[in-house]
Amino acid sequence: MQIASRHLDKITIFDVSGDIDLATSPELRKSVLRELRELHTPRVVLNLTSVRYIDSSGVASLVESLKASRDAGGRFIMFGLNTTVRQVLQLSKLVRVFEIYDNEEQAVAP
Amino acid sequence: MLCVVRGALSTLAQTLGFQEQECHAVVLAVDEALTNIIRHAYKGKNERPIAASFRRIQVSENGSKRAALEILLEDRGVTVDPKELCGRSLEDVRPGGLGLHFIRESMDRVQFHRRNGRNQLRLVKFIRDSKPQTSC
Repeated sequence: MQIASRHLDKITIFDVSGDIDLATSPELRKSVLRELRELHTPRVVLNLTSVRYIDSSGVASLVESLKASRDAGGRFIMFGLNTTVRQVLQLSKLVRVFEIYDNEEQAVAP
Repeated sequence: MLCVVRGALSTLAQTLGFQEQECHAVVLAVDEALTNIIRHAYKGKNERPIAASFRRIQVSENGSKRAALEILLEDRGVTVDPKELCGRSLEDVRPGGLGLHFIRESMDRVQFHRRNGRNQLRLVKFIRDSKPQTSC
């Protein structure tokens, strides 16, 4: 997995690629939680367009990020989920709790 | 190494004739099972041995035989408390505890045994009548 961040006004966008699994999810979790808890960024967006696979540890990191954003009064948004990633989220029954968009334009819209 | 296993298993499932969505399910189930072994049986030590075997079998169901993929995973880790294999309610939105749910949702049969000091997990997925897919 690779992760890079960029900034757009008060929005931080993480471009994630590769597989999010037991080995890589701690890095994603650390990056997103730092943005939410320490830097107090009001909107954190995950670009998952290039993510091929996610497992339960990755889903757990997403849930923890969502909770952190709610605690901080911010927003945690994802976009660009492929079929495999969407299937895993549907299997977890968590699709409905996340803010998910098809593309970046929608994710960063006011 | 999990990504290597996922790649190989995806190819195997495709070769056996699983449809694309079923290929993803098999890969997810085995990945989650291996993750659980590393996390719980081996307490996070990812260099410990895990034996895995995969074979096409015939399974009796309702008086008829069905083709299936059987996956056996065996580890030498600590005994897993059966209570830990119960999963959890998905109504509670919190991290953790999803792996077993993913395994059960993805496979047709899930059986756990403790034998000769080893944990044995048997996963079975029926092979539907379909033509092999060209990509998974």
